[in-house]
Amino acid sequence: MPGWIRKLDMDEALGIETKQDQVVVRSLWGDAWRTLRRNRAAMTGAMLMAIIVLVVTVGPWFSQYAYDFTDWPNTSIGPSLGTGHFFGTDTLGRDLFVRTLYGGRISLLVGVVASVVSLLIGISYGATAGYFGGRLDAIMMRFVDILYAMPFMFFVILLMVFFGRNILLIFVAIGAINWLDMARIVRGQTLSLKQREFVEAAQAQGVGALAILVRHIVPNLLGVVAVYITLTIPQVILVESFLSFLGLGVQEPMTSWGALVKEGSEEMETAPWMLLFPAFLLATTLFCFNFIGDGMRDALDPKDRQ
Amino acid sequence: MLNYFVRRILGAIPTLFVLMALAFFLIRLAPGGPFDSEKVLLPEIEANLRAAYHLDEPLYQQFARYLGNLLQGDFGPSFQYRDLTVTELIMTGFPISLRLGAGAMALAVIFGVLAGSVAALWQNSRTDYTVMAVSMTGISIPSFVMAPLLILVFAVYLGWLPAGGLGGGSLRNMVLPVVSLALPQIAYVARLTRGSLIEILRSNFIRTAKAQGLPMGKILLVHALKPALLPVVSYLGPATAAVITGSVVIEQIFGIPGLGRFFVQGALNRDYTLVMGIVVFYGTLIVVFNFLVDLAYAWLDPKVRYG
Repeated sequence: MPGWIRKLDMDEALGIETKQDQVVVRSLWGDAWRTLRRNRAAMTGAMLMAIIVLVVTVGPWFSQYAYDFTDWPNTSIGPSLGTGHFFGTDTLGRDLFVRTLYGGRISLLVGVVASVVSLLIGISYGATAGYFGGRLDAIMMRFVDILYAMPFMFFVILLMVFFGRNILLIFVAIGAINWLDMARIVRGQTLSLKQREFVEAAQAQGVGALAILVRHIVPNLLGVVAVYITLTIPQVILVESFLSFLGLGVQEPMTSWGALVKEGSEEMETAPWMLLFPAFLLATTLFCFNFIGDGMRDALDPKDRQ
Repeated sequence: MLNYFVRRILGAIPTLFVLMALAFFLIRLAPGGPFDSEKVLLPEIEANLRAAYHLDEPLYQQFARYLGNLLQGDFGPSFQYRDLTVTELIMTGFPISLRLGAGAMALAVIFGVLAGSVAALWQNSRTDYTVMAVSMTGISIPSFVMAPLLILVFAVYLGWLPAGGLGGGSLRNMVLPVVSLALPQIAYVARLTRGSLIEILRSNFIRTAKAQGLPMGKILLVHALKPALLPVVSYLGPATAAVITGSVVIEQIFGIPGLGRFFVQGALNRDYTLVMGIVVFYGTLIVVFNFLVDLAYAWLDPKVRYG
């Protein structure tokens, strides 16, 4: 079937109006990008997110204070441009502007790294179960079902208490929770992908199972993965700030948004800025990621539109 | 139906077994034991104590004993509260947490379905966009951020509601914790309801009902709502887990002496038996609740065969 017929069908399904003489063959990613660009909420989210990432990365250079410097004469002072404490200071006189941005670096870093960890586990597990099928699939997915019912948050809290606060443990723990969803989704996709002609062709040519998985199955999963990672990152940031809020996340004097919100909530009657700035940034970030994720899902998975 | 019922119960057993095994072996991993204190015990006394707690037995025997006790509802003695068993502690904390959680779940379902239906009925209207934007905000603000903000506004600035404590169980004290726990769930249920109701309203049987001249209210209540609520019903399982996890932080913020607060305090005081008891208790609760949700789902959806 020539490419343009399929594309027209798709355009019709997507509600895109094109004149026939303008037809250019486009890829799935090209179409997805066009849909995404028209989604105003998602684009606003992406733009805001880019600004937040930029500010968090370069912002600390514009302040005269270090994140752990205690400005004793100026403890718990409100936001002001005159003192150079743009967001005010905390009870120890540390500059909140710099601390909020440093906390953002940690929160975003944890979000991205732990999501990648959970993606790697989820993809390899789900693709293996889906591709080989049969009894192996049944056993592997039964295992996922069992883990699904575990109150993981509680186990994570316990591990943090037993083994001390360790940023590596946070990554592993969060990754271990979040791979289950990914494994299920990837397995479902793999089940349908392995029926397709190109997989059959590869099998007929005697390509090994591992090579088929890596070269043919996984690249075709990338659309789902792209959607899912934008939905996983905010979840992970949330888990990290939850742990930090309980005092089990990153260690002083380093900080994260969750830890800052906790400190702020303890002082909110006298120093509400300690709560409001980190809370606002944390909520905005989650907000942006959720909108981007929704937009990506609409763009890459037209079946699942809401 | 009975066949399905039995099979589902049998299916839950490995889950519960893994839960209890994880709990048991994690507690062995935990540094320190029940008799760690400043003064060093005489070896004879320590041996006696170990025998009293059955710590001198081989591990598999201890595990069997732990399982046996659990099945009888005995979670063992608390390390910190020497006079109380973990079972007694759970029984004091749970009713309070239950009120909090049940209140939040009720709010989530009632307001979530209501808001979602309104948004779906007036799809792409200004009301719809407002509901969706508000619910996205609700999802994006975690309950531990929402709770201090609510306290700041309603307790500190306005002084309408108490900022924390149980207040002898009065309703006023429950409002802020329940609301901050419920808000993200309301938002989630609203989005789910909207999505599935829009789909249902486009389907053929609704068009037929309209063609027959049924009033819109009747179509909605009699025909559309039941199938539209299926995703909401299946979300109730994860929602319970989320509310239980959230209550850990909420009880901490509001100083409510429920199970979640026991859990955090127990973890910080290294009261391992109490903490593990709560994990097993809540884990079992989640498994049981998921089972009930599945039964309800099978009952609501005629397409689900009991197989």
